[in-house]
Amino acid sequence: MSTLRGKVAIVGAADTQVGIVPDRSAADLCADAVLLALDDAGISKQQVDGLITCNAMSQPMLYHAEAMAEYLQIFPRYCMAVGAGGGTTFTAIHQAASAIQSGMAETVVIAMADCLRSGLTRDQAMLVQSATGHPQFEQPYGPTVPAYYALIAQAHMAQFGTLPDHFAAVAVACRAHAALNPAAQKRELISIADVLESRMIATPLHLLDCSLVSDGGAAIVMTSSERVADFAQPPVYLLGAGEGHGHEHISQARSLTTSAAVESGQRAYAMAGLGPQDMDFAQLYDCFTPTVLVELEDLGFCAKGEGGPFLDSEGIGPGSKLPVNTHGGLLSHCHPGNPGSMFALTESVWQLRHTAGDRQVANAQCGLLHAQGGIMSSHSTLILGREVN
Amino acid sequence: MPKTQPVSNALSQPFFEGCRAGELRVQRCDSCAQLQFYPRIACTACDARTLRWVATSGTGTVASFTVVERAISSAYEAPYVVALIDLDEGPRLMSQLIDFEPDQIRVGAVVQVTFRAWSDDVQMPVFQPSDQGDTL
Repeated sequence: MSTLRGKVAIVGAADTQVGIVPDRSAADLCADAVLLALDDAGISKQQVDGLITCNAMSQPMLYHAEAMAEYLQIFPRYCMAVGAGGGTTFTAIHQAASAIQSGMAETVVIAMADCLRSGLTRDQAMLVQSATGHPQFEQPYGPTVPAYYALIAQAHMAQFGTLPDHFAAVAVACRAHAALNPAAQKRELISIADVLESRMIATPLHLLDCSLVSDGGAAIVMTSSERVADFAQPPVYLLGAGEGHGHEHISQARSLTTSAAVESGQRAYAMAGLGPQDMDFAQLYDCFTPTVLVELEDLGFCAKGEGGPFLDSEGIGPGSKLPVNTHGGLLSHCHPGNPGSMFALTESVWQLRHTAGDRQVANAQCGLLHAQGGIMSSHSTLILGREVN
Repeated sequence: MPKTQPVSNALSQPFFEGCRAGELRVQRCDSCAQLQFYPRIACTACDARTLRWVATSGTGTVASFTVVERAISSAYEAPYVVALIDLDEGPRLMSQLIDFEPDQIRVGAVVQVTFRAWSDDVQMPVFQPSDQGDTL
């Protein structure tokens, strides 16, 4: 089997305005992201022959990618909308890389956007939320999305002695990164006490343990490594990609405290020929603070059960050995739903181009990106680098 | 606003009939004796399609829980406790805990099923502290 390692590169990346963006539909933001990414790559839309999108909760479409191609008047030979919850983004990258490698397309744009903040009323948002969970055996009990993740947090606390303070430390670190990012939705520094004193949502998760609700979109342009000289920007190479799929419903999870991020990470590390010690930064899916703690463990940055002590001793904020969510993450940069990890991707491109401004990780050579969807259900891991070797 | 109602189908109907009869049922494989929940057309261990519904003891332990302070809709009165229960027979299911003081709930607490009306004709299994419970 041929490997994807080093075979494709990201040659364009852009975010729309994020946070509260009224007067733009999800499709508008998606189109905006595509055009901005093409500008960044220095190419015209006629050169795009592949398009991958994901559906928008605020503007669902039966044929989303096709509708976006029509909106932009591009006519790709490879066109697909992907759905894997929060894992959608990197699953799409994995698919695009394979499509380029196998010759299905040469220049693929991956674009995602949604308007959870301005495009849905609170009642609509709760309706979308209540659709999570098994319709016969979970939903009747009234679990909220924070509640599902709280079940993971409580199990981790009971098994390993993890404390609410440890979860809070994740929110504090993400906010410290966001304070350095002019695009972030929330930039005021917060303390562990601020998190613990914020309103309880579902024990042990407080309001500040929960990610933002945002509008926004982002897009990247991907091509084969042989063609990178045709584009305006220095390439960022895909060195590793892996996925792991453990369950859909939390009541069916093989383990509450160890996720399929283990398999996803191992597959990505194996392809890259690298390990956690080689990463200059990590972008870890942070819809709720406990996910970052579990991902630090499952991706090998610390031992299982040691996530809390790792956060105490090493930390993940600016200047730490492993800065995590250097843009501020879903907790502080923005979270428009399924597109959420696109911003971790564009941020990683800028970190590896060394254009990340005040938040630049010194001499960053490679980084790990991890996304998960469902309730720690679908996992995808990417390893990106400045150089192939 | 009514609580979210489970919409049963041909496969799950015996489960909800059991609830109405005060019995918590799971599927048992005739071929390999595995018990499973939620109901499926085949055994997840051996793929056999010879599954029967059997009653459980209705006792289990709390695998995890959360006290929901912000309700999903006005049909649910916060705080309420969503939990994952490991039945003594093996299968895990989501449920609610009732009759607990919130600060007394623990992972590992021993619980016993009881049933509550979700509508005129739907009973859902929920769990309360067990009389035999010694972990509270």
